[in-house]
Amino acid sequence: MNPPTTATLSIPIAWQFQPGVPDAQPALGVAGEGRIASEAPIHEPRAATRNACKVCAPLGACVVFSGIENCVPFLHGSQGCATYIRRYLISHFREPVDIASSSFSEEDTVFGGARNLRLGLANVAGQYTPQAIGVATTCLAETIGEDVPRILAEHGAANSGGPELVPVSTPAYAGTHVDGFHRTVRRVVEHFATPTPPHAGINLLPGFVSPEDLRHLKELVAAFGLPCTLLPDYSDTLDGASWPEYQRVQPGGTPTRAIRRMSGARATLELGHTLLGSGADTAGRWLHQTHQVPRMPLALPIGLRETDAFMAALGELAESGCPDDIQRERGRLVDAMVDGHKYVFGKRAALFGDPDLVIGLCSFLDEIGVRPVLCASGTRQAAFEPAIREVLDHSEADDLQILTGADHARISEVAREVRPDLIFSSSKGYPLARELEVPLIRVGFPVHDRIGGQRLLHVGYRGAQRFFDLIVNTILERRQDRSETGYSYL
Amino acid sequence: MSDTPRNPVPDPAVVREEMLKAYPAKTRKKREKQIVLNDPDAPPQIGANTRTIPGIITQRGCTYAGCRGVVIGPIYDIVHITHGPVGCGYYSWLTRRNLARPEEGQTNFMQYCMNTDMQEDEIIFGGEKKLAAAIREAYALFKPKAISIYATCPIGLIGDDIHTVARQAKEELGINVFAFSCEGYKGVSQSAGHHIANNGVFKNIVGLDDTPDSGEYRINILGEYNIGGDAFEIEELLRKCGITCTATLSGNVSYDQIARCHTADLNCVMCHRSINYMAEMMETKYGIPWIKVNFIGAESTAKSLRKIAAYFGDKALIDRVERVIAQEMLALKATVEEVRPRCEGKLAALFVGGSRAHHYQDLFKELGMQIVSAGYEFAHRDDYEGRDVLPTIKVDADSRNIEELDVEADPQRFKARRSPEQLEALQAGGFTFSDYEGMMREMDRRALVIDDISHHEMDQLIALYRPSIVCCGIKEKYIVEKMGVPCKQLHSYDYGGPYAVFTGAANFYREIDRMVNTRVWSMIMPPWQKQPELGARPVFTPKPRRSREEASPATRGRAVRPVPTETATTN
Repeated sequence: MNPPTTATLSIPIAWQFQPGVPDAQPALGVAGEGRIASEAPIHEPRAATRNACKVCAPLGACVVFSGIENCVPFLHGSQGCATYIRRYLISHFREPVDIASSSFSEEDTVFGGARNLRLGLANVAGQYTPQAIGVATTCLAETIGEDVPRILAEHGAANSGGPELVPVSTPAYAGTHVDGFHRTVRRVVEHFATPTPPHAGINLLPGFVSPEDLRHLKELVAAFGLPCTLLPDYSDTLDGASWPEYQRVQPGGTPTRAIRRMSGARATLELGHTLLGSGADTAGRWLHQTHQVPRMPLALPIGLRETDAFMAALGELAESGCPDDIQRERGRLVDAMVDGHKYVFGKRAALFGDPDLVIGLCSFLDEIGVRPVLCASGTRQAAFEPAIREVLDHSEADDLQILTGADHARISEVAREVRPDLIFSSSKGYPLARELEVPLIRVGFPVHDRIGGQRLLHVGYRGAQRFFDLIVNTILERRQDRSETGYSYL
Repeated sequence: MSDTPRNPVPDPAVVREEMLKAYPAKTRKKREKQIVLNDPDAPPQIGANTRTIPGIITQRGCTYAGCRGVVIGPIYDIVHITHGPVGCGYYSWLTRRNLARPEEGQTNFMQYCMNTDMQEDEIIFGGEKKLAAAIREAYALFKPKAISIYATCPIGLIGDDIHTVARQAKEELGINVFAFSCEGYKGVSQSAGHHIANNGVFKNIVGLDDTPDSGEYRINILGEYNIGGDAFEIEELLRKCGITCTATLSGNVSYDQIARCHTADLNCVMCHRSINYMAEMMETKYGIPWIKVNFIGAESTAKSLRKIAAYFGDKALIDRVERVIAQEMLALKATVEEVRPRCEGKLAALFVGGSRAHHYQDLFKELGMQIVSAGYEFAHRDDYEGRDVLPTIKVDADSRNIEELDVEADPQRFKARRSPEQLEALQAGGFTFSDYEGMMREMDRRALVIDDISHHEMDQLIALYRPSIVCCGIKEKYIVEKMGVPCKQLHSYDYGGPYAVFTGAANFYREIDRMVNTRVWSMIMPPWQKQPELGARPVFTPKPRRSREEASPATRGRAVRPVPTETATTN
């Protein structure tokens, strides 16, 4: 074996060394020499998560707070949480991401972190003069039972004229970054929305998509002439231009005054297949229950059918037809799908990542004749499997495997069985793609081994067009690279 | 504009005052101690290793990051299990770029991130059972030599006894299992985690195998983490010199190498901050002396090699080292001669780590660049001012929380590596053991030294000095670059490296040349935008491509015209 020279090249990766070795579990309490005391296999659910396919809830909260104008995300806990989440978001977005922290010390864990929190809030207010500080809790603060809403209320009362203080509870032991994201959107709306006379605007709650997706969604809504509050909107804050001068808080984001008026909107478009069901405790549902704003739940507009549904909803709200430009974009997409389907038809795909992204891509792949054979999410959601079955609409492969709450180790085990031709995932799918020698098409978050993760366009006809071209060209390139003759005319 | 440094370089006292004047009195008082003007002959006292003020956005990480992420993570054949909810394990999964090249037949678990992924009911009822089950799973899957467990914040709070779980697992499985109480809230930065990791590795791994390496001149490199392949280069250079590297703590290193590293005859310390504890404990217990080395920069590498050769005092080794240095320097000469004229006189600032902000100054000096300011993220006073201040450092409550191991000479295995006469002769020749002079003694007079720099201070620094390059980590990188100044990451090397020893120095010279001289920094302001008033945000003052005299006939008209007509009309 040639010695690999970089970490990413140092395969065979660990779990390949003994593939298929029967998992053995030593019996409890056997001491000394007994290396393998019994042959009992490890049963699901496993105790350990191996190469997680999910991140922690405060990360989702920080993304949402980053998408509110002049808002500083703040984590109540140890400073490592802020530092780790910053470095992870930065490696994907390649933008400054400031997250403040109450920097707990050991004695604060005993006596409570209220003093640190108040001092931290005062310092952030002084340095950044933000309109809002979004305070998300960490495992630490939750475990010692900090009453953050009360501390914030008292601090706010004692410092009138200061920034709005928005608490959200996001312990990492309850849910994932996706849950943290949705919970924070709801908390932000609950905090700001005040009774407002009805107005012509709509609310658009897109979920955790890319800044490029946010820009495109805004563009589509604007094309229908609809005033819109997009929440959160980190299209500038997490993918901004160079600064003419130092910016304490990245410019852009949803203005808080717009969030206040969400209660008077004509409707709330809430995107995400997993939020369609009645169980989800979402911002859209709260706006409906509290302020009677009609809620229009839709899937993420990925692929032809879901984008059609999104356009239909916009058309209904705008009481107009689909604008010509967008119709032509759809036309070009369908034309391309007709031209190129021969290359992709029948290919087998493995998809894993955030549930709504996987469901959306699954729907799109089905439209172009690619057969999803493994659909997996790290976030455990009961709605995931039915949603996959629904979008595939009885056309699913016989050997389709659907996993929810899965880690990359489990996903890899199943992928080795179903042998996909293509993988769609974040950068974390790379070791598997390398092992199976199939192409990886990077989607979602995190993308830290390619540039431009923040500019991936997943939604709309345009997003589908980009993905379609990418998929076809990836397949062609692979075929060309492996052909003995090296055809350049395909 | 980044490529036109301020000339003359501003008075550091003025820069310091500009940084401090925005602070409220209390914060100012604290920061005054952490921002000092250098004096290489008598380094002034600096405030360091004190708590970060809540709400001040800091470069620093936590204890877990220092322990699991930095010191122990690079041991490639240990299965590491993070005990806690999902985040911390995920964030420390391959993010440090410490590479490994396992020997044939060895296992490598570095791509692997195992986590107990605690859920709410386990936080309430305790996670010991889940941890025990996770250890069994890890064993069943991989049969590793050792399993290591790391506690995250909630674990200490709910009182899971991870050390007992580890001990029971060790008895049950017959392999080495050990745990680290490295909850994030302990200590003021990742530095506390380094200390906890040193203690654990010393107690649980070092000294388990008394078989010495077969080679001559056996040394360990301590505090080298093989970012971007630095340790590969160091190992190769040592091999050329005929020096045997028993273990590098911790980079490209196996469990077995650490188990026998106490058989080496000299410890060479790269990163003093993160590993001086280990060097001291190994000296006390096994009699291995330690010296400070630095393999970053060609001159420093040569000096370090000579120091190692002098320690062994063998003429054959000394001659061979001189030959290697001469060869390597010759190979490097062409690169330096080519690159230096393009970099000379430019200004640099470094804010990173607990040793890198010092070590990398040498490379910049070799390019003729001036270091106007530098500082560490998590260092202590001795890393700035030198180890002679150690007796005067006040031990505060945060440092007291970290266990100091009570180490004594091992009755069987302690062996003085050099006789008192040999040591005396070496010291008479200017040789220093157990010493680190710190960063300040090697910096210019009145260079600004800033501990745990804040965003605000960084902003002032860039505006006032207009450095050609700033070195820091990924969290600051894009802020610096947004302001039109290139930023070299010295934690992950911007996916580049290696930069260690002579071969790495060549890589670094070329990369710095490319970064400070790339054209993009002159294109940040669009040509149609009004030129700012003189003195306003000088970082962004656009520079005409060429002066009138230099302009070629083809571009003459355009170069001096402030508004390109084409762009202006289409807008």
